[in-house]
Amino acid sequence: MNMIQTQPHAYKPADYKSAVKPVWCPGCGDHSVLVSFQRAMAELALPPEQVAVVSGIGCSSRLPAYTNCYGFHGVHGRSLALATGLKVARPDITVIVASGDGDGFSIGGNHFLHACRRNVDLTYIVMDNRIYGMTKGQPSPTTEPDWDTAISPGGTGVSPFNPLVIALASGANFIARGFTGDVGSCARLIVEAVRTPGFSFVQLLSPCVTFRDDQQKEWKKVTHEAMVPETDDPGRAARRLMSDDGFNLGILFRGHRAPYQPKPLADLDVARLEAEFAL
Amino acid sequence: MKSLDKPGSAPTFDSVAEFFAQALAIEIEAWERYGELADQMETHNNHVIADIFRKMAHIEGMHRDEIKRRAGDALVGGRPASFSWLAPEGPEAIDLGDVHYKMTPRQALMLARHNEERATRYFEAIAEAATDPEIKAFAQIMAEDERHHVVLVDQWLDKFDPDDPDWAEDLDPPVISE
Amino acid sequence: MSASQAAEGLSIVLTGSGGAGVMTAGQTLLEAATSCGLYGLMTRSTGPQIRGGEAAAMLRLSTKPVQCPDDKFDILLALDFENVQRFAAELPLDSRSVIVADPSAGEMPAFLKASGAQVGYVEMKKLAKTVAGGRISMVALGALAHVVGLPESAIVEAVAASLGRKKPEAVKASEDAVRLGAVNAPALAVPKLRISTARPAGRWSFTGNEATGFGVLKGGVKFVAGYPITPATEILEWLAHTIPQCGGELLQAEDELASINMIIGASFGGKPAMTATAGPGLSLMTEALGLAVASETPVVVVDVMRSGPSTGIATKSEQSDLNIAVYGLHGDAPHVVVAPLSISDCLFTAQWSVHLAESLQTPVVMLSDQSLGQARVVVDRPQDVTFDTKRLTPVDPIEVYERYALTESGVSPMSLPGMAGGQYTADGLTHNARGTPSSQAQDHVAQMDKRRRKIDRFDFGEHWAEIEGDGDLAIVTWGSSTAPVREAVARAREEGISVRIIALRLISPPQPKLFEAALKGVRRALVIEQSHSGQLWRYLRAHYDMAAEIVSIPQPGPLPIRPGEALAYIRKGAQA
Repeated sequence: MNMIQTQPHAYKPADYKSAVKPVWCPGCGDHSVLVSFQRAMAELALPPEQVAVVSGIGCSSRLPAYTNCYGFHGVHGRSLALATGLKVARPDITVIVASGDGDGFSIGGNHFLHACRRNVDLTYIVMDNRIYGMTKGQPSPTTEPDWDTAISPGGTGVSPFNPLVIALASGANFIARGFTGDVGSCARLIVEAVRTPGFSFVQLLSPCVTFRDDQQKEWKKVTHEAMVPETDDPGRAARRLMSDDGFNLGILFRGHRAPYQPKPLADLDVARLEAEFAL
Repeated sequence: MKSLDKPGSAPTFDSVAEFFAQALAIEIEAWERYGELADQMETHNNHVIADIFRKMAHIEGMHRDEIKRRAGDALVGGRPASFSWLAPEGPEAIDLGDVHYKMTPRQALMLARHNEERATRYFEAIAEAATDPEIKAFAQIMAEDERHHVVLVDQWLDKFDPDDPDWAEDLDPPVISE
Repeated sequence: MSASQAAEGLSIVLTGSGGAGVMTAGQTLLEAATSCGLYGLMTRSTGPQIRGGEAAAMLRLSTKPVQCPDDKFDILLALDFENVQRFAAELPLDSRSVIVADPSAGEMPAFLKASGAQVGYVEMKKLAKTVAGGRISMVALGALAHVVGLPESAIVEAVAASLGRKKPEAVKASEDAVRLGAVNAPALAVPKLRISTARPAGRWSFTGNEATGFGVLKGGVKFVAGYPITPATEILEWLAHTIPQCGGELLQAEDELASINMIIGASFGGKPAMTATAGPGLSLMTEALGLAVASETPVVVVDVMRSGPSTGIATKSEQSDLNIAVYGLHGDAPHVVVAPLSISDCLFTAQWSVHLAESLQTPVVMLSDQSLGQARVVVDRPQDVTFDTKRLTPVDPIEVYERYALTESGVSPMSLPGMAGGQYTADGLTHNARGTPSSQAQDHVAQMDKRRRKIDRFDFGEHWAEIEGDGDLAIVTWGSSTAPVREAVARAREEGISVRIIALRLISPPQPKLFEAALKGVRRALVIEQSHSGQLWRYLRAHYDMAAEIVSIPQPGPLPIRPGEALAYIRKGAQA
């Protein structure tokens, strides 16, 4: 299939909403991600059946069922692999991956590296709340070292992981950070991520109102629009990502790497392959 | 809308059609948002608040229809200008991060009031900045509508007692679901 | 046997080390022999070194098609004796065998001496040096050709073909070396191969792994993802250059967790998909196999079994992944497990696997193994098989769509991305007919019933097993154990013992009625398999009511089950 012909504003955000009601806590940032996603899809005017949303396990990964797109709610940590297979097999479909900081950076960490490196045309939205919500508040790879939890009394003492730096070093073609307190901006980041060919990584700071009740207010205060415009220079982006405060919002890097999309050479009759064996 | 907090940032419009499209988009967003919040509260078994949000959704829905009626043919071909996904949240939609599953009626209505006030200021600013007399007139009507909504919410607020200081108390721990 | 007798077949092993080219020489010998009308089989064994290690190329050349190694080797050709004792257990020889060696190779290892084999010498090393560009292996092949009665020209042609005729000097050098070997060949009492002057038309040469690759493509696979692992990698390598010619893609994944999830994603997108792995990789894939069961996403996973557990012996065969393939998934997860019954049957069973996966919308695990996958055979062109393979999809336009609708067959129409109105979220969470997550008892049970039903009610047809012979003694076997058992059964018949053979191609789901019918009139059944714990025997005991006396004969890897061993079991089993 080829490019989908679409009319601008042919779709409303509500066209991307399913009848399934979210189980997320009221106040959770993930509700805003869902709204942002719907707005982004409407702006892109993608027919819902041409979009697939793939996820793993965790609060964030409940997202696909709340959309009216095709969805796959798979196993913990493997959403990127599943999405890669789907996109390579069906390049005509827009594939969005929804994940969280535990699903994406801990159990799914290896796939994150290789998805960035492979640069398949995917949009990877990670709802980062620096905690495991569905298993009652254990520390994740992005949790602060002194955050006290039942499984890590007094804190882990381990430095958090910087997913944006890792994405850049691993070859992601688009890197952005948003805060769910600003739905419009999150939607804009998703739109740009989808429009940019290759692997697009969007970290959305998405507060957990149940296990991190400080986050909502705190992040409202500390997040800020990036002071400098996006760059396509990985060296500049690296310095910027290494030195920023983790609350710098916007498109932080957009490169020019060609996406990975193996193309079949031909569509010959399989029977012709018997020449491989015939003596 | 964040830009409202900064003076001189009121949106301007090229046509009446664009203004109506903008106003309509704001009402649709508010209507959808109240609906979503009502759903959230229902999912979390807070039916009192669900009812409040459902009623607010109904009010915003009526307002949406009213704008459509007023706009008539002027709406055809209009597109929202500064308000769309491109801008931050609309002036009349409650922030999704401001709710709580055990929130009280007063808290819910205070949020609603805050948004009606924001919407009032938004349309006032448009009316003030507008050079097209038709847009100015319609923006003044819209601002008046929103002011009326503030009064309605205030009357509603009077029916509820002050909040229990332990309103957020939950006797059970959170649930493990996966 | 006297030297003048013509042989039905010969088993020949070439050993050598340090890059002497034993494998290439074995390949050349196979090519030469089959160009003279013979059928053949070649397997190999190597030391652990990446380069320069000791190696053995094991061939069986025959006037009849062969699918497994024979009981012993007729000829051992040793380019040197370095570490050859490592292969002692794999190289059965006896006093009727002959050893061709280089006198400069030093003391013959004890196990070779003890075999009582006749020894003949050729100064391979020395002779090779007399030819510019001459190779020891070519001198050896010349000598060997003379001993077994293959024309030198057949060897030279095979060498020339492998060199691509682009290097006339190299071809000339090989020709000279081969001639020198033939002239200096020792006189040994070996029956000559019964050869013809030309190769009959319609012969194919392939390994089990290559046949598996071809089979899945014939089945319609359009997407492959895999992670390198011995002894399955050749499937991926073969597919890597063939699938792009057939409108498909192959991705090398970062690990097996990724490869299984990638194929699930591709299959969700509507492309029949497969991966190939071995035991350690299958272990990593089991969680996602459960996802494929729950989300009803068809995929084929080929497990080329090797000796386990853990890393085990990566280069040696064993049928010890039956348990994990059948039982490895958590929860109640009905799926399909099949096994090819020979090297050639990898082609059919792989194609059938895709048909079953697509028809049933479930994962199919195909249990091949190292002895099938990495063995090369020259056989008659296999018969073409066609299946009406089609994934059930909803009728357009889609009105009200329920992905997991409770149908009578248990198979529900599966919409594909791009189909308007067919949107759903595939889910590993327990769900209702619409696909919406549910923790309701009725949904859980209804969906489990449906997934069980679609597999139980499916008609697997005659392919579930190959049943031959009659008599009150039966052998129940599966997969790669079938070929040696078949040979043993044929020999037993010559001795007047009738034996029935039931070789299971379909391991799971069990087929109790068909099995009962197959076992009718059987007094005693021997369960022959290549595992230590008798995995097939235990599986049969768990799923089948069997009136016959059941005798478990588990024989673990890494050594192959030889026809003579199976014959000994039959003889014993035939006694009252």
